[in-house]
Amino acid sequence: MARETAQPPILLTNARVIDPARRLDAAGAVLVADGVIVAAGPEALNQGAPEGATVIDLDGAIAAPGLVDMDVTVGEPGAEHRETLASASLAAAAGGITTIVTSPDTDPIIDDPALVDFVLRRARDTACVRVHPMAALTKRLAGEEMSEIGLLREAGAVAFSNGNHSITHSGVMRRLMTYARDFDALVVHHTEDPDLSGTGVMNEGLNASWKGLPSTPREAEIIMLERDLRLAKLTGGRYHARSLSCTDSVEALARAKAAGLDVTAGISINHLTLNENDIGPYRTFFKMAPPLRSEDERRAMVAALADGTIDVIVSAHDPQDVETKRHPFAEAADGAIGLETLLSAGLRLVHSGDVDLMTLLAAMTCNPANRLGLPVGRLSAGAPADIVVFDPDRPWVLDKTKIRSRSKNTPFEDARFTGKVLQTMVAGRLLPS
Amino acid sequence: MSAQTSPLADAYPHRHLLGIEGLQPHEILALLDRAEAAVEISRQVEKKKAVLRGRTQINLFFEASTRTQSSFEIAGKRLGADVMNMSVSSSSVKKGETLIDTAATLNAMHPDIIVVRHHAAGAVHLLAQKVGCSVINAGDGAHEHPTQALLDALTIRRHKGKIARLTVAICGDILHSRVARSNIILLNALGARVKVVAPSTLLPNGIRQMGVEVCAKMREGLADADIVMMLRLQRERMAGAFIPSVREYFRYYGLDAEKLSAAKPDALVMHPGPMNRGVEIDPEIADGPQSLIREQVEMGVAVRMAVLEALSAHLPNR
Repeated sequence: MARETAQPPILLTNARVIDPARRLDAAGAVLVADGVIVAAGPEALNQGAPEGATVIDLDGAIAAPGLVDMDVTVGEPGAEHRETLASASLAAAAGGITTIVTSPDTDPIIDDPALVDFVLRRARDTACVRVHPMAALTKRLAGEEMSEIGLLREAGAVAFSNGNHSITHSGVMRRLMTYARDFDALVVHHTEDPDLSGTGVMNEGLNASWKGLPSTPREAEIIMLERDLRLAKLTGGRYHARSLSCTDSVEALARAKAAGLDVTAGISINHLTLNENDIGPYRTFFKMAPPLRSEDERRAMVAALADGTIDVIVSAHDPQDVETKRHPFAEAADGAIGLETLLSAGLRLVHSGDVDLMTLLAAMTCNPANRLGLPVGRLSAGAPADIVVFDPDRPWVLDKTKIRSRSKNTPFEDARFTGKVLQTMVAGRLLPS
Repeated sequence: MSAQTSPLADAYPHRHLLGIEGLQPHEILALLDRAEAAVEISRQVEKKKAVLRGRTQINLFFEASTRTQSSFEIAGKRLGADVMNMSVSSSSVKKGETLIDTAATLNAMHPDIIVVRHHAAGAVHLLAQKVGCSVINAGDGAHEHPTQALLDALTIRRHKGKIARLTVAICGDILHSRVARSNIILLNALGARVKVVAPSTLLPNGIRQMGVEVCAKMREGLADADIVMMLRLQRERMAGAFIPSVREYFRYYGLDAEKLSAAKPDALVMHPGPMNRGVEIDPEIADGPQSLIREQVEMGVAVRMAVLEALSAHLPNR
């Protein structure tokens, strides 16, 4: 992200200001100066525009904190043909995302402080949104040796993840969570028992059986999550399940939270808005891990988001190209891009009446920011001036040729959305839209 | 096009044959009727027809197959097509050429029909999207093997005079079997009662919702059966994983005279081949009077001729 230079204050007027951190949803304005919020909400109206301020009339559109996406895979370093930090940041900005948290499974894997430093510096020089790298939880993501959690954290790693690989060795996981606790480090874990999921490539059930595809039972996720939650209790570590997909996982999580454990969970936008039937005739853009589940499961996950059991919504952005996706379903890579469509897809849940707008935005702003200990994701005075302006009712269709991401593997090709991002501001600077 | 359509083209209005799923019962019956005629052609001295004269048929096999590939080759040649066999060994796939690359390369040579076998489910669908010619699925992973189901149906109909209301027991590795899936769909479409018999580790999830009755014991599964269809056990990936041993499998699920006695006295035995004698079937049964296994091979050529002819009616420049 480019460094800030002096610029005139900006007043966004005639706005519907939503700040989930304060549960604020009111007509008002947002005043920004020197890269931070001066005031946001009805009170910002009273102050008027300061001398020399740029005034932008939002015409009733929503001004909310810029979104925080804590599960983004970028191809830099190692697979720049799929996505660079620069291209990912442009895609993020187009989707109203002002902070991305990157996954450590690049090539090389981010398991060394020098590599954390590399990502931060590349981001500073080339990216137009904030980038916070996660570092590898274990060396080479092999699930065996602990990485240098203290040094990596000092270098700027915002959390620790084992990427797409679950740590199967319970003893290793126990020690990781114990050690990470000393550094107040958040452990983010992909919950999938690889022995149980085996060669599975889609949700186990009738659909996979007719297609003749090897399948993954829900229990692969539930067993791994339940183990992790017991270890969280044993160790007192800070734990975040990366992306859940099953009803029983939600029940286990709710029990752990009720018992007072420091545990949270995310869900990908794909698992909230798509189901296994979308795979249709072997469409590989819908192949992901965890796999898309049944409609019943999807609805249960939406309910878990609405009642607050699930804390965070992520894009699970994972750029893949034709070399990895244009294969028979079982042989294609997992993953879908999602930065540009995160908010619009999420608004489907609001328009369907399943989730209120405040809850949706909280799961994309202050909830992940709080979990990661970042000052963003809120419009309180003094917070970084990261803002998304969007019209929740504007219809649009996703045109594949206009995707900013270098990879085009979107599950929302030609999808119709209601609700579009109009402007994105990072550190008080409006990004070109 | 409409001025030139034949009755078969009207009865089978599809460009490809990717699976039994999606076919209407009358379309299946039209193919079977045509195959009856092809049986007669194959039994004559002069076996050659000109339906596919000037056409190029490529048999693209990513998985080794003797029987299916030669069956398609003979069927194509009897209809006058130029047939080219292309066996893509797994080693050349590992050189980096993807299925799509192969498809694009072949497509540039202007084939009229490509017959494809691939080890991955859905691979034939993918290929069909990327080429300009007709595509026939000769087996894709554990998904479908439509010409096998058609030849099984033809064999059954020639002996029992019908498919509807027959009881068919399909026995063995249902989980990994494309033959089982295609047969379950076809037999249900034509009104047969379908039972499956297998150890539970070899049944797909949700099998009870796939239009079959599920039995864990052979004698129970074979009760009232008019047809007993045995499936091949893929021994290399079985032992210790899905079943404890081959001898235990034969003891409980191998078809022998004792188990077959639970079926109707006039029950007939089928197997898609190649057989593992002594694993899923007793040699005495495989080569016995109730066995239709040899005849299935003959019907295979006839059914494939019928399918090729049906697709040829939709080829461009006709």
